[in-house]
Order: sequence, then C-alpha cells, then structure tokens
Amino acid sequence: MTTDTPPAAGRGTVRRLAGALHTRPRLRLTLLLTAPLLWLAVLYLGSLTVLFVSAFWTTNSFTSEVVKVWSTDNFHTLFTTPVFRQVILRSVGVALAVTVLCAVIAFPVAFYTARVAGPRWRPLLVVAILTPLWASYLVKVYAWRLILSEGGLADWMLAPFGLSGPGFGLPATVLTLTYLWLPYMILPIHTALEQLPANLLDASADLGARAGRTFRSVVLPMVLPSVAAGSVFTFSLSLGDYITVQIVGGKTQLIGNLVYSNIELNLPMAAALGTVPVVVIVLYLLAIRRTGALNSL
Amino acid sequence: MHLGRTARTALRIGAALGFAVIYVPLLLVLVNSLNPDRSASWPPPGLTLHWWSVAADNSGARDAVWVSVKAGLGATAIALVLGTLIAFAVARYRFLGRGTVSFVVVLPIALPGIVTGIALNSAFGTVLRPLGVGLGLFTVIVGHATFCIVVVFNNVVARLRRTSGSYEEAAMDLGATTFRAFVDVTFPLLRSALLAGGLLAFALSFDEIVVTTFTAGPGIQTLPIWIFDNMTRPQQAPVVNVVAAVLVLLSVIPIYLAQRLSADTATSSRV
Repeated sequence: MTTDTPPAAGRGTVRRLAGALHTRPRLRLTLLLTAPLLWLAVLYLGSLTVLFVSAFWTTNSFTSEVVKVWSTDNFHTLFTTPVFRQVILRSVGVALAVTVLCAVIAFPVAFYTARVAGPRWRPLLVVAILTPLWASYLVKVYAWRLILSEGGLADWMLAPFGLSGPGFGLPATVLTLTYLWLPYMILPIHTALEQLPANLLDASADLGARAGRTFRSVVLPMVLPSVAAGSVFTFSLSLGDYITVQIVGGKTQLIGNLVYSNIELNLPMAAALGTVPVVVIVLYLLAIRRTGALNSL
Repeated sequence: MHLGRTARTALRIGAALGFAVIYVPLLLVLVNSLNPDRSASWPPPGLTLHWWSVAADNSGARDAVWVSVKAGLGATAIALVLGTLIAFAVARYRFLGRGTVSFVVVLPIALPGIVTGIALNSAFGTVLRPLGVGLGLFTVIVGHATFCIVVVFNNVVARLRRTSGSYEEAAMDLGATTFRAFVDVTFPLLRSALLAGGLLAFALSFDEIVVTTFTAGPGIQTLPIWIFDNMTRPQQAPVVNVVAAVLVLLSVIPIYLAQRLSADTATSSRV
C-alpha cells in the first residue's frame, strides 16, 4: 500500500488493522456481534431460562428456601386452584376487552386523520396522536385516578344524569388500560388507511358499491392486518400490567399482581405464574400470524 | 370512497371525541397542580401556584429526578453502542441466525415487564450477590439498557437499509481506511438516527417502573418509583400533582426534537 507521505508508525498500525479487517468479513461480523450477543443471549436469555427452569422448583413451606428438585407441582397448583384459574381468565378477559375497545375507538379517529381531514392537517394530527405516547405512563394512570376518584371529574360529569362514576375497580382498570395503549392501535390503522390506494375505492364505487359495502368488502380486509399488529401491543401490554391495577383497580387482581405478591415468599410459584402471560402471548402471536400482521410490526 | 355528508359529520364527531378523550386527562393533570385543595374533587375551588414552590423545595422528588437522569444516561449509552453494533451486523451481513438475532432484540420489550424484571432480579441475585455486588444503580442501568437496545437498533437499521454500503466502498476506493470511512462517511449518515434512537431510549428508561422495581437496590429511587410510592399518600398529593404536571409539560420536548430529526426515523418505541 503506497501513500504520498510516509505514514507515521502509529498510523501504519491503524492502516494494517483496517486492512486486516477489510479483507476478513467474518472477523468483522464476529467483532460486531460479540458484545451484543453476550449481553442479550447470556444476560437476558440466560436469566429468562433460569426463571423458567425455576418454575419447576419448589419452596420449603417452613423455611421459604428454594428446593431445587424438578417437579410440576407449581403448574398443578396453578390449574387446580380456583383463585388462580379465575385470575388467569380475568386477565385474558381484560386484555381482550382492552384490545376490542382500542380497535373500536381507534378506527374512526384513524379514518378521520388518514382520509377525511385535509392533507395539510394530517401530519399535525399524527403528532397529536403521538404526543400522549411521550407522556409518562404513571402520570397517565394518575390522571385516571384523579378522574375516577370520589367527587372527581367522572362523578361531576355524570351527576346531572343522576349517575356516579365507576369508581376504582375492574371497569376502571379496563378504561385506563384502553387509554394507555390507544395510540399503539391508532397509528398502525392510520398508516394502513393512508396507504390504501384511492383507485381501489373508486373501482368499488364504479362497480356500484355504496360507502358501507366498500368499507366491508375493500377497506376492512386491507386494514385488518394493521389492527392485528396494533392488537399485539394492546393485548400483551394489558396482560402483563400490574401497576395500573394497583392504582385504579381497587381490589381487582390480575396475573401481574399474583406474580408480584409471590416473588418474595415463593419465587418458583411466581416464575410459574409468570410463564402464563408468556405462553398466552406466544399463542396469540401464532394465532394472528396468518393475517400477516407480524410482518408489519 | 365517496362518503355522504352524514358519514363525514359522524366521523368528524367521532374523531373529535377521540381526541378529547386523549387530551382531557392530560389537561386535568395540569389544572389539578394548581388546585389549592389537597383532594382531587372537581371542579377545583380556586387556582394557586403555591404547590409549585412547595414542590420545588421537595428534596425527595429532586433526588429521584437525578437518579432517573443518571440511570437514563447510562442505559442510553450502552444501548447506543450495542444497538448500533447489532444493526450493522443485521443490515450489512447475511449470516445463519440473523432472523433470530433481530427477534431476540425485540423480546425484552415484547414480553411483559414483570417477566423481564423477575428474570433479571433472580439472575442478579444468584450471580452477582456471591461476588459481593448487590442491587443498586448499576443493576438498574443494566436492566434498562436491555430493553433500550431495541429502539436504537430499530432506528439505525432503518437508516442503514436506506443508505447502501456503496458510499463506504467509494470512500475506501478513494483510499480511506475502514475507520476513516466510518468517521467521515457512515457516521454522518447515521447521526440523526442515533440521536432519535438515543432520545427514545432515554425517554423509555426515564419512564420505566416495573423493571426498575426489580433491579433497584434499597437506596435507589427513580422518579417513577418516587411517584408510585407517594401517589396514595394524601400528605404528598400536592407535590405529586406538580411533578405529574411538569412531566406532562416536558413530554413536548421529545416530540419537538423527534419531529426535527427528520420523518424517516421511527418516532415511537413500539409502533
């Protein structure tokens, strides 16, 4: 390698190193991947593996010491104890309810921002949808605590109709979680609607379809994968939540709360409980994979 | 689709209601911080700035902000390095297990925080405790970095896919070494993607409560933990109100910056 000026000794070393790297793509790839894989594969996946293995351990009921003997006792308890079964079903129900509510609210909003509002307004409206994503999770839950508290905004608004707000409990939990994850549903639907080719809609109209028919036969099938993509977030985030339930849920218990309350006394049981949302989410992902939603994540 | 007048009006009303639902709670937090009363009853009996000055003197909240900033900066720095390295590997090379690598990067944010939290908690307990390293700020940073990697990765990989490697090859044909090409060509191309990714990573870390709960040592209190601990204490209500209002106001900054950092970078963490 020749250069106009003779390189200093230090620069020569750098050049030789660079040359060695340049001719060995495998070495470059190895150097790129070593640190991240150590972190993610060893630290993170390693921790997860230990957790899932520990779900098959038990605790000594007298000393609370973990007994490292393989048994399926925890899972047996999980599926035979009525309380656990109820909580699992309730958590899945909450996650599904939040997902459906998000989709129902998100659709008109996204339809408006993507196809009805003037083109100049659209980017601004997208920012308006994104803004609450940056506001703190806890602050948003706190806002709903203020709204739903006794004598709060909900009571005040419903008082003229002779009603009072739902207070803290299961409905409050569903409402708050819907609020928290709503932007995750609006954005993908907005994007899908925006990319919908206008000539498809024209063609449908030319063939004699009214707005309702076009919506059912053209718009909905093309937007459904995005709804499914959004639902991954609304469903998975709701299923794992325990903070919101603690703040606005009153006495309501979800899986997350059970995991949290078991963690000090019975880690293997907490681990077994923790596998439930993971398995449910994986099943959910497999179920919606057919819609092609996962490709647009 | 040719919507009738009624359909358009209905959509307009629906969207207006939707936006009202999104913004009323945030506005309520702002108004409530000016409420002279300790209770959250509506409407407030008056407006006062008194609690803002009380909150400014609250050392617990101030210390918590400082801990959160340190944790956020540490986690962002690690995530920037690791996320960029993986992004280069995935975008510029074809190798066995490439799909798995991009899946594992997403996993920490796709799984419920409580699962990530107890997994790290038990791993730290079994590996670090015998070495004499307890839970503290360090373990919080490690935990946060794990789920922040994905946002840096997403931003950088999107940029790398858009800019082919031919720029670097051109630089090297002109005599630049691999390092020189990176500093003069690749890095400037990536700069705004790195900024956007770093911004998101910091915001994500600043907001995280679940993983923090399981990885923080006894003396370590981040701002979300402080808010959560004080939320249900009537004595602390006015200060919590002000802190919440400040956080709502501060959330405008990242939006402004994200908008400035060009439209092609991923603007949110999960979507």
